[in-house]
Amino acid sequence: MTDISYRELSLNGLWKNNPAIVQLLGLCPLLAVTGSVVNAIGLGLATTFVLVTSNTCVSLIRNVVSDAVRLPAFVMIIASAVTCIELLMQAFAYELYQILGIFLPLITTNCVILGRAESFACKNRFLPSIYDGLIMGLGFALVLVLLGGLRELAGTGALFADMDLLFGPAAASWQITVFEDYQSFLLAILPPGAFIFTGLIIAVKNLIDARMQAHRDANREKPVKGAKRVRVTGTIS
Amino acid sequence: MALMRITSPHAHGPQKTSWVMQQVLLATVPGLIVLTHFFGFGTLINVLWASILALAFEALALKLRKRPIGFYLGDYSALVTAVLLGIALPPYSPWWLITVGMASSILLAKHLYGGLGYNPFNPAMVGYVVLLISFPVQMTSWAPPRGAGELPGLMEALQACFTPGNYDGVTMATPLDVLKQNNSLLVEDLWQANPQFGRWAGVGWEWANIAFLAGGLWLLYQRIFTWHAPVAMLATLTLMAALFYDGGSSASGGSPLFHLLSGATMFGAFFIVTDPVSSAVSVRGRLIYGALIGILIYLIRVFGNYPDAVAFAVLIMNLAAPFIDQYTQPRTYGHVKSGGGD
Repeated sequence: MTDISYRELSLNGLWKNNPAIVQLLGLCPLLAVTGSVVNAIGLGLATTFVLVTSNTCVSLIRNVVSDAVRLPAFVMIIASAVTCIELLMQAFAYELYQILGIFLPLITTNCVILGRAESFACKNRFLPSIYDGLIMGLGFALVLVLLGGLRELAGTGALFADMDLLFGPAAASWQITVFEDYQSFLLAILPPGAFIFTGLIIAVKNLIDARMQAHRDANREKPVKGAKRVRVTGTIS
Repeated sequence: MALMRITSPHAHGPQKTSWVMQQVLLATVPGLIVLTHFFGFGTLINVLWASILALAFEALALKLRKRPIGFYLGDYSALVTAVLLGIALPPYSPWWLITVGMASSILLAKHLYGGLGYNPFNPAMVGYVVLLISFPVQMTSWAPPRGAGELPGLMEALQACFTPGNYDGVTMATPLDVLKQNNSLLVEDLWQANPQFGRWAGVGWEWANIAFLAGGLWLLYQRIFTWHAPVAMLATLTLMAALFYDGGSSASGGSPLFHLLSGATMFGAFFIVTDPVSSAVSVRGRLIYGALIGILIYLIRVFGNYPDAVAFAVLIMNLAAPFIDQYTQPRTYGHVKSGGGD
């Protein structure tokens, strides 16, 4: 495959085939840890890192590993990458590591990662695979951050609380209180809020797609009234 | 309304949705009067504000969905939801609490699922549970009944609702709550020690329950619903209370009569459990549905963490209603019994 355009890959990862809101993969961490922006960024970065690493390794070994053992091999690669990111977070963002808890090791089982390894990296060359991993990870992370932001805003009336967990003490003052005197709306932070907001995001995405489609249809050339169409019979090869 | 597949003769009843909903609204009147008598104007203001919001949200949702607004507003279903939620909320709730509740009821529980007749969950109860989970402080502070505390006047009640920052409410634990928190007093001593206990249950609560029972019986007489679900629910609640009642020790869960006349028992039995959309529809199904709600109410009330249990019990059983219907579908005369639901 030589005709892969990076533009197409970007569009796929970020919008048309977004892992979180179109493929609906990796919903477990998506729903569980997006209670705040900082959690979402932490998990989004970790997932992106694992995706890039696993895509890179898989595309490098794709011609060496036989088909029969490819899945175990992929899982080993992914598990190693997850262990790396887990140790890194333990070293540099320990509080966040504790908050994310079981969901860091669970990145191993995130379907997005095995899905990209199986459907893209094992069929493509080195560079496109890295790029695909990066853009798919970004697409996933963006949805995580959007969801985290919405839920944090609706739940606590503030944004970017506790950013120092990830970006060091200087980020402690990044918190923006959007609504003064806000009654915290616990439902948004609890799991039901994750389902409701994910549904709303998917609905908005579908609405935008439908609008764009309608726009395209309206702009398309309309057939001239009365024009005759060439009748085609038989098979076209 | 309930779409049960039945055989001929297909006799038509004169019941239209709007007529049924009007009867339900009428039947809540005695309960509303009793609640207002014992707890002040709070409940009435809840109901009025909720009704205004319900009509507004309903109109908004219908406009967004491009449905005829006048036609659907005329079926009174949004008003029924508003009145039920207004009664369920604690009196003197702030305006934003009721607004969030009504938005959850009408927009989330009703119109996201396709409007009246398509909602798998009872809208009023969804609104109530959203609020109970999100704002436990406001939702568990109930006003003291007449006799146990001073009742706020009409102006104070309006102030409590619309400028909650300037209002210092007096609240008191409900009898159900007191009984649950109690772990040292015999039930009889508990009755002496707390002013909110009345003759059989709580002051005000017992009469409110009796008033809702009266309203429910009238609805039954009007054939708005059948007796199966409410009777099954009350029967199993009584049975559970009787089984676990130990004569009044400090660990007692309360007598059957106490449970029948406390909290939202009668209101739930006749106004929530009988919801034709979200409940089971076959006769046997209704019996099972009601009976399981009764058991759940007792379990959540006595062993759970929330002050009352009707909303949770009803929502859980709403989930189970299609499943129950699947296995209790009536057999058409002359057809062989199929091997379980298929």
